[in-house]
Amino acid sequence: MEQRVNNGYKIKKSFIRNWQLYLFLLPVVTYFIIFHYIPMYGVQIAFKDFFYNLGIMGSPWVGFEHFERFFNSYYFWRLLKNTIILNAYGLLLFPLPIIFALALNELRNGSFKKWSQTLTYAPHFISVVVVVGMLVAFLDPNTGIVNHALRALGMEPVSFLTSPEWFRHIYVWSGQWQSLGWGTIIYLAALAGVNPELHEAAKVDGATRFQRILHINIPTIMPTIIILFILNIGNFMQIGFEKVLLMQNNLNAETSDIIQTFVYETGLLEGQYSFAAAIGLFESMINIVLLITVNQIARKVSENSLW
Amino acid sequence: MSRFSLSDRAFERINFFFVLIITIIILYPLIFVISASISDPQAVNSGKMWLWPVDITFDGFVRVFQNKAIWVGYRNTIIYTIIGVCFHLFMLLPAAYALSRKELMAKKFFLWFILITMLFNGGLIPTYLVVKSLGMVDTMWAIVIPGAIGAWSLLVARTFFQQTIPDQLVEASKIDGASDFYLFIKVVLPLSLPIIAVMALFHAVALWNQYFNALIYLSNENLYPLQLILRQILILNEVSASSAASLAGGAQSFAEQVKTASLVKYAVIIVSALPLLIVYPFLQRFFVKGVLIGSVKE
Repeated sequence: MEQRVNNGYKIKKSFIRNWQLYLFLLPVVTYFIIFHYIPMYGVQIAFKDFFYNLGIMGSPWVGFEHFERFFNSYYFWRLLKNTIILNAYGLLLFPLPIIFALALNELRNGSFKKWSQTLTYAPHFISVVVVVGMLVAFLDPNTGIVNHALRALGMEPVSFLTSPEWFRHIYVWSGQWQSLGWGTIIYLAALAGVNPELHEAAKVDGATRFQRILHINIPTIMPTIIILFILNIGNFMQIGFEKVLLMQNNLNAETSDIIQTFVYETGLLEGQYSFAAAIGLFESMINIVLLITVNQIARKVSENSLW
Repeated sequence: MSRFSLSDRAFERINFFFVLIITIIILYPLIFVISASISDPQAVNSGKMWLWPVDITFDGFVRVFQNKAIWVGYRNTIIYTIIGVCFHLFMLLPAAYALSRKELMAKKFFLWFILITMLFNGGLIPTYLVVKSLGMVDTMWAIVIPGAIGAWSLLVARTFFQQTIPDQLVEASKIDGASDFYLFIKVVLPLSLPIIAVMALFHAVALWNQYFNALIYLSNENLYPLQLILRQILILNEVSASSAASLAGGAQSFAEQVKTASLVKYAVIIVSALPLLIVYPFLQRFFVKGVLIGSVKE
């Protein structure tokens, strides 16, 4: 009893002494409540028929109606398939920055390495609007440089941006153009931590450069690779939607229609708030399940995991 | 050992060319855009211009600078970026500092309160409804406030404070009777210029380049940031030269309009992307630092 009184007194005293620290936290806490926790609370409209004038509380419950409508709709499988394929394709290229970082790390010429880094980081700073604008210009069937090159090689010009079969390649590889260099930063830092003694010992044993990369460098950065891979999976289903929206048109919708662009269209353009919120919720549920699963697997297979 | 030196030398060569080719592939589109922006559109559209400028002309830039929408967009983007960065820092720095101090009670609670937002979010529609109900739609605040701060920046800045502000310094100042306000402004901030630079830069780049919030929250064209204007010119104009015609501001033949459209296209890319591309090599170490502090596992 005495102990508890003592504790309460201590807490009060500590608060009085450090009240300014709590004041420092106040803006952020307020911000998170308004822009993160209230929307989380607002997710309940996925189970309601939301009317703006009735408000979130006043709108009537409808249970899983919106989810059922979505699952039974003819576009459900198309949306799910497109979303998964597009993200899986992007994930498939996950090793590229690792390979590029390993290659950069082997360069003896320091100034060439620096130049290469500076130049390959540059596209990271270009906005998606400009990147898609460049794609529109380069891939134009009549005036684009790519089709001029195809014609010069005796091939037929292709209307890349309006054909469903090209959409995914263009989306993923233009993304790789933007992020390849930038993606090497963390790996290069991890590679700087490789123990040089291991390399010396391996040299004495007659290992080639390639063997040393394979058996020393890659294992050293493995924890970094695993963590980044988990984080990538955590973003599965939600990468690059803003770019998809810009690249999308009626002609390539067959492959470019993904869950998030659909949420945007039905929710914000057509005003079906509840239906769109239900679809959005479905998507973030998949995401959380994926993240937890992958983290669990990573923890079993290696000792590296997010938590 | 000499047995292997030959294969190692071959490795070195191949590796060098591998990096060189990747660098060239990444660089080529950028050089193309720069060259195209000062070339005669005829040469660009016919494929005659493929690397260096052909029939140099600065018409595109002249047209861009004559266009009022682009200027308004530019001005708006600068305003949004400056106010947004100030707002970001105002919320971020004190909070991250408080989270780094061991005297803070219920620190676990505050950290989880922040971390949870990385895993769960309300999603597009509920967030939109909140912004709308706050009356921010069609005001600058819809661009500046939603997304003003995220869990990532808080954790990064907190890690920085933990590593650079020694506990003894804080304790000594406290014994001298300094308040947390005084300590934060007179001691902590001057020691934290690198992290302030890093955080300001990351947020500024994000604000400069974002278009989506503007797309969903703004309908008044006078409030459009540069990226939305770019979207109109570069993407929405599709094959027709309608926006180019309005850009040129006069009656022109169709061929003339198409010519203008492509001329303005490349110049407008340069005008919008160049500020960042010029500035970033000088600030590269700050950006790299930001990525690295951010990757430190808690």
